[in-house]
Amino acid sequence: MTNADSPNEKREVIYRHSGPVRVTHWVNVVALLVLLMSGLQIFNAHPALYFGSKANFDDPVMAMRPMKHGEEIVGVTTLGGWNIDTTNLFGLAYAPDGDYDIRGFPWSVTLPGHRDLSTGRRWHFFFAWLFVINGLVYLIYSLASGHLSKDLAPSGRELKHIGASIGEHLRLRFPQGEEAKRYNVLQKLAYLVVVLVLLPLMLATGLAMSPGMDAGYPFLLEIFGGRQSARTIHFIAASGIVLFVVVHIVMVLISGVWNNLRSMITGRYAIKLPETQP
Amino acid sequence: MNARPKVDRRGFLARGLAIASASLLGGCDSELSDQPWVKRILDSAESLTRVAQRTLVSPTALAREYSEADISKDFKANGSTDVDDDGYKARAANAFADWKLKIGGLVGQPLELSLAELRAMPSRTQITRHDCVEGWSCIGKWTGVPLKALLDKAELKPSARYLVFYCADDLGETGNDEGKYYESIGLTDALHPQTILAYEMNGAPLPIPHGAPLRLRVERQLGYKMAKYVMRIEAVDGIAGIRGGRGGFWEDRGYEWYAGI
Repeated sequence: MTNADSPNEKREVIYRHSGPVRVTHWVNVVALLVLLMSGLQIFNAHPALYFGSKANFDDPVMAMRPMKHGEEIVGVTTLGGWNIDTTNLFGLAYAPDGDYDIRGFPWSVTLPGHRDLSTGRRWHFFFAWLFVINGLVYLIYSLASGHLSKDLAPSGRELKHIGASIGEHLRLRFPQGEEAKRYNVLQKLAYLVVVLVLLPLMLATGLAMSPGMDAGYPFLLEIFGGRQSARTIHFIAASGIVLFVVVHIVMVLISGVWNNLRSMITGRYAIKLPETQP
Repeated sequence: MNARPKVDRRGFLARGLAIASASLLGGCDSELSDQPWVKRILDSAESLTRVAQRTLVSPTALAREYSEADISKDFKANGSTDVDDDGYKARAANAFADWKLKIGGLVGQPLELSLAELRAMPSRTQITRHDCVEGWSCIGKWTGVPLKALLDKAELKPSARYLVFYCADDLGETGNDEGKYYESIGLTDALHPQTILAYEMNGAPLPIPHGAPLRLRVERQLGYKMAKYVMRIEAVDGIAGIRGGRGGFWEDRGYEWYAGI
C-alpha cells in the first residue's frame, strides 16, 4: 500500500471541474441554503403536513405543536401517529424567564431569524428563480458538453460492481490513480439522484403549491395527489437534499478537504499515483 | 498535462458566494432582510413571477373545481372572524336585509345593491380549494354573483385598471378606516369567470366568520386576496394613492400583491 506520507509519493494534478460546473455549484450552494432557511420560515407559519388536496387539521401526517402534559405545556412533534416530546427543539421553546414561544423549527435555522412569513416568502421566491435559472444553465451545459453522459452516467460494469464500491466506502478507502480521475459509481448515483430527481422534484412540488400554476397546469395536482401532498413531498425532498449535503460534506472532509475545495474553486485536483504505476 | 491555469475571476466569484452564504449562516440575516437594497432586489422576483404566470397560464384557465365529497368539514376561518362595529352587528342581526353593496369609482353607473338584488342576479356555484399563505388548504362550496356581471351592470369605464374592495373589519385595530381590511385585483382576475362575490358558503348564507354578507373569491390566488365583509367596490386606474399604496391590507404589511404562488 502507498504510504501517504512518503516523500517520493507521486502526484498528478488534473483539471477536474469545468468553469460552468464550478460556478453553478457555488450559486447552488447559496441558493439552496437560502431556500432551505426561508422554507423553514414558511413552514413555521403552519408547522403541519398533510396528504391529499386539503388539510385535515385533526390528523396531520407530521406536526410540530404545543400540547398539555399534565400542568406543563410541552413542544410535541407528531410523526405517523407517534407523539415525541421535542420541547425547546420543535413545536415550543422556553425562554430563560420561563416564557415560551410556539414555533416549528428553531429561529436559529430560519430566514429571517424571527417570525416573518412575508419576508421569508420574498427570500424564497427570489432564490427559487436563481435556483431555476442556475439549474437550467447547468443542465443545458451538462447535456451539450457531455458532462452528464461522460462523467455522471454509470456504466453497466460499474453498476455490477456496486457492492465492492459500497464496501470500499464503508472502510473509508478511496480510489487512487486512474480510478480517482473519475467519479466512482456511488458518487455518480448520488449526484444523478440529486440533479435529476430531488432538485427537479423541489421545483415541481413548489409549482404544484401555486394556485395560479394549478389553474393552468392541473396535472401538477394529479401527479402529486393534491396540493397538501405536494407540500409534504416538497418537505420530504428538501430533507433528502439536506441528507445528501451532510454526506457530501463529510465525504469532502475525509477525502481531502483542501484538494476537494480547490478543485471546485480552480478546477485543479491532485490525485495520488500508486507506486506500482510507471 | 490536461491541467489548466487557474481562473482567478471564477475562483473569486466562488469564494465571494461562499462568504455570502457563511454570513447568512452567521445570523446577520435579520438585519440583511431590513436593508432597503436587499428588499428591492428580493421584490423584483414578484414581477418576474407575475409576468411568468400571466404568460404561462391562460387568462381564462379555471381553478380546479372539486366534488361535494371533497368539502372540508372544518373550514378554517382566518384573519378577522367578526366585525366589532355596532352598525355591522345591527345589520347582521337583521340578516343584512337593509345592507347595500356600493359600487363606484370609474364606472358609468354607480350602484347600490341589496343582498336580495344581488341574489336576483345570475349566480355561479363552485367548489374550490382555498389556499392560505400559511400553507394549509380547505375546500368549500361558494355561490355568488360573478364580479364581471356587476361590472357590466355598473358600466366599467375603459380607464379602470383595478378593482378595490373596502371591507368592514378593522384587522389593523386602529379604530379608524386606516386599519380596515381592503384588497385590490387587476382586470384579468376581475373578469375571470370564477371571480365571484359569494353570499353563500356550503349551501347556507355566508357565515360571519367567513365574511358575511359578501366575500370575494379569486380562485387562482391565495386566501388573503379574497376579502371578507366587502362593503364597497371602487374601480380605479391606480392603487399607489390608496392607504399604504401597495394595494391591500397585507400587501401594505409586506406581502405580495400578486399572490398566485
